[in-house]
Amino acid sequence: MKFPIAQLAQDLRARKVSAAELATQALAAARARADLNAFITLDEPGALAAAARADAALARNEAPALAGIPFAHKDIFCTNGVRTTCGSRMLETFVPPYDAGVVERLNGAHAVAIGKANMDEFAMGSSNENSFFGAAKNPWDATRVPGGSSGGSAAAVAAGIVPFATGTDTGGSIRQPAAFCGITGLKPTYGRVSRFGMIAFASSLDCGGVLARSAHDCAHVLACMAGHDARDATSVDRAVDDYASALSTTLQGIKIGVAREYFGAGVDAGVGAAVQAALQQYKKLGATLIDISLPHSALAIPAYYVIAPAEASSNLARYDGVRYGHACKEPKSLEDLYTRSRSEGFGAEVQRRILVGTYALSAGYYDAYYLRAQRVRRLIANDFAEAFKSVDLIAGPTTPTVAFKLGEKSNDPLAMYAADVNTVAVNLAGLPAISLPAGFSAGLPVGLQLIAPAFAESALLAAAHQFQLATDWHTREPGR
Amino acid sequence: MSIDHATVRRIARLARLSVNDADLAHLADELGRVLGLADQLASADVAGVEPMAHPHERALAWRDDAVTQGDRADAFLALAPDARGGLYVVPKVIE
Repeated sequence: MKFPIAQLAQDLRARKVSAAELATQALAAARARADLNAFITLDEPGALAAAARADAALARNEAPALAGIPFAHKDIFCTNGVRTTCGSRMLETFVPPYDAGVVERLNGAHAVAIGKANMDEFAMGSSNENSFFGAAKNPWDATRVPGGSSGGSAAAVAAGIVPFATGTDTGGSIRQPAAFCGITGLKPTYGRVSRFGMIAFASSLDCGGVLARSAHDCAHVLACMAGHDARDATSVDRAVDDYASALSTTLQGIKIGVAREYFGAGVDAGVGAAVQAALQQYKKLGATLIDISLPHSALAIPAYYVIAPAEASSNLARYDGVRYGHACKEPKSLEDLYTRSRSEGFGAEVQRRILVGTYALSAGYYDAYYLRAQRVRRLIANDFAEAFKSVDLIAGPTTPTVAFKLGEKSNDPLAMYAADVNTVAVNLAGLPAISLPAGFSAGLPVGLQLIAPAFAESALLAAAHQFQLATDWHTREPGR
Repeated sequence: MSIDHATVRRIARLARLSVNDADLAHLADELGRVLGLADQLASADVAGVEPMAHPHERALAWRDDAVTQGDRADAFLALAPDARGGLYVVPKVIE
């Protein structure tokens, strides 16, 4: 399924192909690439039923833009009647009785979900190795990680199984796997996409978004996903821009701030060189590059690894073995039911973050950790606000390195956290950002990150699309 | 940042997680290293800076305290490991 969404939509309308045929192809492709472990659950009956509804809407000539387009949902979005695991043993057999807001919207548009994509447990991880269902693999090199936490989503798109997948981004979980897998990943402004039915990790940071091959495809999908949802109190009631029309905005006169902190010592030479070359391309296309500083960048990881675990420890308190999810056998007491259910149901990284968060919120440490991290969070947000007084977008490498080897960092939490060094600040500030393919280093994809002011997704998508009109990095495909 | 074994036990108890004696040492080490990262926050000058809890600088949305999605009690109780008579069942708490 290596065609642009717009072309598939055209072929569906011209009856060159049916939604049922596309769904069958995507399911076959997913099975043929079982080695990637990109899916936790495939839903053939659901996909074929959705495809039949899409074909009926197409026959009536009343089909929305995404009708009949197959895709994958990250297994963090609740799907009515379809198992939703969040990559955890805790939810291994959980079948939600309702759909997430994002799921409703894509169903309403007659897009065809073929299954649930693999992910790090509760979206905590940068490699997909924290999944209870095993690591997903990078289609460019199956000995390497696809990134995380939306690793299955990124692998499925990069391998050409589906043209797009949903994802979530709490500290980089859309952008980092998009960079590692050579695709385009958009994290919208916090509140732009409904979090209703999206299993919570860190509620002031979690954000739903999309992974696809191009910015053009992302624009079509975001147009469907974005919008107010009264069931999510943090959802923003604000008109959704016409993202597809905005794509034609050229780069003439656009000022791009090149954040010097994003090119620090940890950045691999090959990654730095590819990103610098991409920036020169932007200059050629009419943009002006301006050297800027985001002085508190070095504190983003420390602030994030207090705030995210603190919120996680609170959110994950709901898994108690009583109402849903894993329950231990023959509990001796209520306390035993809580403690054993949680210890059996959660994996090592989730338990580690719950413990860190519990510590940071505990009596005597709250001010020194959580409150201080929230003050630093404001300094980081202020850095962006100051920069956006003089530039339209901010650019840098999405990740300091290309995809690393499976197992390379899985025993060292701090080395793993460092993979998020250029992405977490964006979540702390609640801004939109995109990662787009910008070249290769040692045969592996490199991602360029662009960051925009709140609700400027149109500017972000246009800047990415204009680059993709002039380059072909986003059309490169992994061999087998 | 060093975390002693008693602190790991206390935090685990608060979080309702069990810790094996065999895991205590490496867990204490790992937590110490992650919290050591957080100690870098001490270098920031935060005098007079308001804590930022959330990206939106506005009050959260309010709604009427009313049922909006109908009675789904049966669908949700069906997810419970043990539910009887419309109630969640837990081990006996009071002897």
